[in-house]
Amino acid sequence: MPTGRLAVWWIIASEIVIFGGLLASYVMYRLAHDAFAEQAAHTNTWIGAFNTFVLLTSSLSAVLAHQAADAGDGPKAARLLQYTMGGGLIFITVKAFEWTSEIQHGFTIASNTFWSFYYTAAGIHAAHVIAGVVIMGFVANTARRNLELQRVELIGLYWHFVDIVWIFLFPLLYIAK
Amino acid sequence: MAVHHAPESWVRKYLLSTDHKIICFQYMFTGMALAIVGGFFSYVFRMQMAFPGMNVPGWGLVTPADYNMLVTNHGAIMIFWVAMPVLIAAFGNYLIPLMIGADDMVFPKINRLSYQIFLLSAVVLFVSFFVDGGGSAGAWTMYPPLMSKDEYSLTGTGSSVFLVAIALEFVAFLLGGINFVTTAMNARAPGMRYQDIPIVVWMIVIATVVFMASVGPLVAGAIMMLFDQQLGTAFFDPNRGGDPILWQHLFWFFGHPEVYVVLLPATGITAEIITVFSRKKLFAYMTVVNTAIATGILSFLVWAHHQFVAGIDPRMANIFTVTTLIISIPVAEMMFVYIATLYGGSITLATPMLWALGFIFTFLIGGVTGIFLGASGADIYLHDTYFVLAHFHYTFFPIAIIGAFAGITFWFPKMFGRHMNETLGKIHFWGTFFGFNAIFIPLFITGVLGDHRRIFDYSNFPELTTPMMDGMRQFATISLIVMLGFQLVFLYNFLTSLVWGRKAEKNPWLANTLEWTTDSPPPHGNWPELPTVYRGPYEYSVPDRKDDFWPQNVPS
Repeated sequence: MPTGRLAVWWIIASEIVIFGGLLASYVMYRLAHDAFAEQAAHTNTWIGAFNTFVLLTSSLSAVLAHQAADAGDGPKAARLLQYTMGGGLIFITVKAFEWTSEIQHGFTIASNTFWSFYYTAAGIHAAHVIAGVVIMGFVANTARRNLELQRVELIGLYWHFVDIVWIFLFPLLYIAK
Repeated sequence: MAVHHAPESWVRKYLLSTDHKIICFQYMFTGMALAIVGGFFSYVFRMQMAFPGMNVPGWGLVTPADYNMLVTNHGAIMIFWVAMPVLIAAFGNYLIPLMIGADDMVFPKINRLSYQIFLLSAVVLFVSFFVDGGGSAGAWTMYPPLMSKDEYSLTGTGSSVFLVAIALEFVAFLLGGINFVTTAMNARAPGMRYQDIPIVVWMIVIATVVFMASVGPLVAGAIMMLFDQQLGTAFFDPNRGGDPILWQHLFWFFGHPEVYVVLLPATGITAEIITVFSRKKLFAYMTVVNTAIATGILSFLVWAHHQFVAGIDPRMANIFTVTTLIISIPVAEMMFVYIATLYGGSITLATPMLWALGFIFTFLIGGVTGIFLGASGADIYLHDTYFVLAHFHYTFFPIAIIGAFAGITFWFPKMFGRHMNETLGKIHFWGTFFGFNAIFIPLFITGVLGDHRRIFDYSNFPELTTPMMDGMRQFATISLIVMLGFQLVFLYNFLTSLVWGRKAEKNPWLANTLEWTTDSPPPHGNWPELPTVYRGPYEYSVPDRKDDFWPQNVPS
C-alpha cells in the first residue's frame, strides 16, 4: 500500500477509538437513564437531517476529485475539492445557528449529562470538520498546480471518515428520542 | 544513496533536525532530564515517609498538599515523560530505520513535529507546577472526584494544565506511532521478510499499535474531565447524573495496555542483548512474536482488575480475574524463551548483558506478585497497599529503568561512536540493582502488614508505627538515596565517554543486525548504499562457519 494511504488509515484507526470511547460512554449512559430521551426531544431532527444531507453530498465531490486526480486533472480536482469545502462550511454555519438557538433556549453544555455529551461529541466532530476544510484548502492549492495529486485521495479518505462519525452521531443525538 | 550535505548550523542540525537519530537523542535527553525530576520527587516524599515532619534537604517541610502533588507527578513523569519517550520514542526512532535498512523514517517532518509537541507537553507540565495552587494533586490515575473538583484536589488550575500536558503528550506519540508502524511496514530493506525483522522492532511496532488502539477512550475521557473541571459538566459527578466509575473504565482501558506498551520494547531490547552476549540463536523467534501479539490482544481484556474494590459487579470481577491470570501465560512464555536462549550459550557478562539479565530477574518478581493482585479475592485485601506499589515498581522499574539502561549501554557505541567505561558501568549496574531490590522488598512487607499508599504520615496509626515498620520504611528510603547516588556514576560515565571514550568500530559486539553494518555513529542517510538482507537476525554460532556471527546483509 502506498505509504501516505497507509498512514492515513492508521490515523483513522486511532481516531476510531477516540470517538468509539466517547460514543460507548454515551450509549452506556443512554441505556441507564431514560431521562436522556426527554432531553433528546429538544434537538431539532430537521436541522440534523439537513446537515447530514450536506455532509454526505460533500463526500460525493471528494470522490469525484479523487477520480479527477487519478486522471491527472489537477485543476478539476481542486475545483471539486472546493465544493467539498463549501459543504463543510455550510455544515459548520448551520451548526453555529443551531447551537446558538439551543443555548438561547437554555440548553447549555452544563445543563445535564445529555447536553454535555451532545456538545462534546458534536463539538469534537465539528473540530474535525474544520480541520478537514483547512487541510483540504492546502491540498486543493497544490493540486491546482498539478502537484502532489495523491494527496487528493488521502484527504478524501479522512473526509469520508468524518462523514461516518456523523452518521453515528446523527441517530444517537437526534433520532433516538 | 549517498547524499552530500552542506555544513549545517548547530540549531539546524540538532534542534530542527528531521534525522531520526537526532530525534532519538532529543527524546532520550529530554527523558533523562525528566527522570532526574521524577527521581528527585520520589526522594522528597520517601523522606517524608521515613522521617515524618522532617525538613527535607533540597525541599523543606513536606505538607500534605506537597505530598499529593509529588506522588502524582512522580508517577505521571516516570510513565509519560520517561518510559514512553526513552523506550518507545528514542529507541523506536533510532532502531527502526537502522535495523530494517532504511535511510530515515518515512515521514521525517512528522517525526520532528512529534518531538516538538512532546517538548511542548513537558513545558506545559512544568507550567502546571507554578500556577496558582501548584501542580496537580489528583494522582496519576486522575480519579474523579479528586481530580475533577477543586475542593478535593486543591489544585484546580494545576489539574487542568496537567490534563492538557497529558493530551499533548498523547498527540506527540500518536504522530510518532503512525511513523513507526508505516516505516516498519513499508521501508524495509530488500530481502527482509517479516520473520527477518529483529525482535526489538517487532516489539516497538506492536507496542505502538497497542498504544494507538487503547489511548482513544482516554483522549475522549481527558476532554470530558477537562469540561467537568472548567465548564461545569457532570460526566463524572454522581450527584448530577454522571458516573465516576466511567472514568476508571476509560482510564484503565488505556492504562493497562500502557503497561504492555512500555514492557514490550524492554523485552525486545533484552532479546537483542541476550542473543549477542550468549552467541546463540534466539530460542524460538516466532514464539516470541506470537506471544507479543497475544500479550497485546489480551492487554485489552484485563483493565477492570484495577477496579475490584470500586464497586463493579462481582461477576465481572471473576471474568477479569481469569483474563488477568491468562495474560501471564504469554509473558511467562517469553521469559522462558529468553532463559532457554541463555542455556548452553557462551555467555559474556558485559554491562548490557548484566542489565538484560537484571531485567529478567526483577521483572519475574514483578510478574509473580501480580498473580496475587489479579485474583480478586486477594486483591480486596491488598488493594491500595504498598504491596501493590512494590509490585508495579517491580514491573515498571525493570521496564523503564533497567530496560533503558540495557539499551543505552548496548547501543551507546553505535549512537556516539565511543565505548562507555565497563568498570563504571558494572559499578552502576550493581549499585542500581541492589539498591532497587532493597527499596521495594521491605515495601512488599509493609504493604502486607497494612501500609496504605495514600497515607501522608503514619504517626496516627499506632499499629503501623512499630519500630519494625518504621525501620523498614527508613531502610527503603535510605536504599533509595543510595540508588539515586549510583546514578551519578552513570551520568559521569555517560558524559565523559561521549568525549573521551574509547573509539568504537562498526561492530564492537560482533552482532548480526543491520545497524552494526554502518559507521559508528551512522552518517546522515545511514548507509552510503542501502543494504540487502539475506537471512534472519540471530544466526550466531552457525556450525561450519569461521565466524560465530553472520550479519544479515552478507550474501551466503
